[in-house]
Amino acid sequence: MKRIYLDYAATTPTHSDVFAAMEPYFGEKFGNPSSIHSFGRETRSAVEKAREQVAALISAKPEEIVFTSGGTESNNFALNGIAEINKTKGNHLITSRIEHPAVLEPCQHLEKQGFVVTYLPVDKDGLINSDDVKKAITDKTILVSIMMANNEIGVIEPIEEINRVIKDKLEKQGQKIYFHVDAVQAFGAIPIDVNKLGMDLLSCSGHKLYGPKGVGALYIRKGTRIAAFMRGGHQEKNRRASTENVPGLVGFGKACELALRELDSRVEHLTGLRDKLIKGLLDKIPETQLNGHPTRRLPNNVNVSVRYIEGESMLLNLDMEGIAASTGSACTSGTLDPSHVLLAIGLPHEIAHGSVRFTLGRLTTQEDIDHVLDVFPKIVEKLRAMSPLYKKGGK
Amino acid sequence: MASPYSEKVMDHFRNPRNVGEIANPDGIGKVGNPVCGDIMEMYIKVKDNVITDVKFKTFGCGAAIATSSMATELIKGKTIEEALNLTNKAVAEALDGLPPIKMHCSVLAEDAVKGAIDDYLKKTTGKGLPGWKPRNEEIHEHGH
Repeated sequence: MKRIYLDYAATTPTHSDVFAAMEPYFGEKFGNPSSIHSFGRETRSAVEKAREQVAALISAKPEEIVFTSGGTESNNFALNGIAEINKTKGNHLITSRIEHPAVLEPCQHLEKQGFVVTYLPVDKDGLINSDDVKKAITDKTILVSIMMANNEIGVIEPIEEINRVIKDKLEKQGQKIYFHVDAVQAFGAIPIDVNKLGMDLLSCSGHKLYGPKGVGALYIRKGTRIAAFMRGGHQEKNRRASTENVPGLVGFGKACELALRELDSRVEHLTGLRDKLIKGLLDKIPETQLNGHPTRRLPNNVNVSVRYIEGESMLLNLDMEGIAASTGSACTSGTLDPSHVLLAIGLPHEIAHGSVRFTLGRLTTQEDIDHVLDVFPKIVEKLRAMSPLYKKGGK
Repeated sequence: MASPYSEKVMDHFRNPRNVGEIANPDGIGKVGNPVCGDIMEMYIKVKDNVITDVKFKTFGCGAAIATSSMATELIKGKTIEEALNLTNKAVAEALDGLPPIKMHCSVLAEDAVKGAIDDYLKKTTGKGLPGWKPRNEEIHEHGH
């Protein structure tokens, strides 16, 4: 059976060019980049080349890129590092209710240390209102952390507008508030220009854009006051001690280079497939709704709720047909609550439990989408026939 | 491919036994709620104290569907007393086990059976199962 992978938001397959670029660094090019001999110089230049490649994708300067082990670390680094060093200036943070746990949980941890966090609501499409950010700012606010695109429903947040609100505060009242953006899902998926958008910090990850797992970066705008994430070495200008993951960074750099080169064609390819899948699902399956904004969303994200049936049972059936997807239902999360994102956009529990996320990628084809549109309605029909809610909902 | 579920669970999930409703059931058990993501309805037909037919409908995950299906198989053809002895553990064991997070599904299946018998007893004797109420709610509260 042909397997169809539609879970690219979870992770992506490493690009063959990326793997080829990494390979020598597992073999003959093994030096420690901190060593001054030729072995070290060879890997040092590879790491610095990767830094340039990552920086280029977001129009940053290479010296503003700090390598990390991935998106989760970058988010922890940004939140803890800014909070720690700026706590004499204030103890208030602003974020949203739909952030990834890698932002929400560090925020909750900071609350235990005496910080106060405002969790902004979103509208029914998942959008944050920049006026809400404006209203939430107090003279104690030191950091705003808002994701660029949501991992579950794909909604793209108004980062530029939010940045304007924050910079207004600086220009009019002289209050410096740092702006962190978790761009793990958006990085390499849509154009990002840190100078146009204006954020001070941005988190990204390698394995979401066909790079290897275990590498990521935190963009830190020049002049940002932030505490070191790890101590014990001078790597990453003392901000993140640890011998560099050279093969991983080389792969990450290569993945960014490819993303920059192919960004327009990837966006075009994915948007077409996404809209075809959304339209097909909504047309073919009655009482199905799209979750997240219809157009202000990632080019590869499709998230639907199918009424009267539950997400995990849909996933298992899809998996039996070789199709890999994801759900916001409680049943796969290890808790009994459905996705906090779906609840935040106002879905009732039973509709949140009935969500399925398909995330597409560069290897997804028209035939793959046709196959899903052929198979999935039958799965829905089978499960609805079993559902006690279906008869009550009526047709 | 490693699955969190046993082959037996997957078999009952793929081909659930006794799906549907009974037109004029002698008892109906309805347990769970949509907030928690699982709802089971069990319908029984009883003749001479024996469960002659049983059907179910379930909204829920793979384990919820498999435990409902297994529970119907375990009580079909059994006396009311035998069916009342069915425990959630027995349902889980008959499925070669469930992941710990899914054990509440087996509780739901046991309660759906008891609920259907409670309803049957109320209709025939005017009194339900002494002291019985579904446990689902409290289990979910503990889960939070």
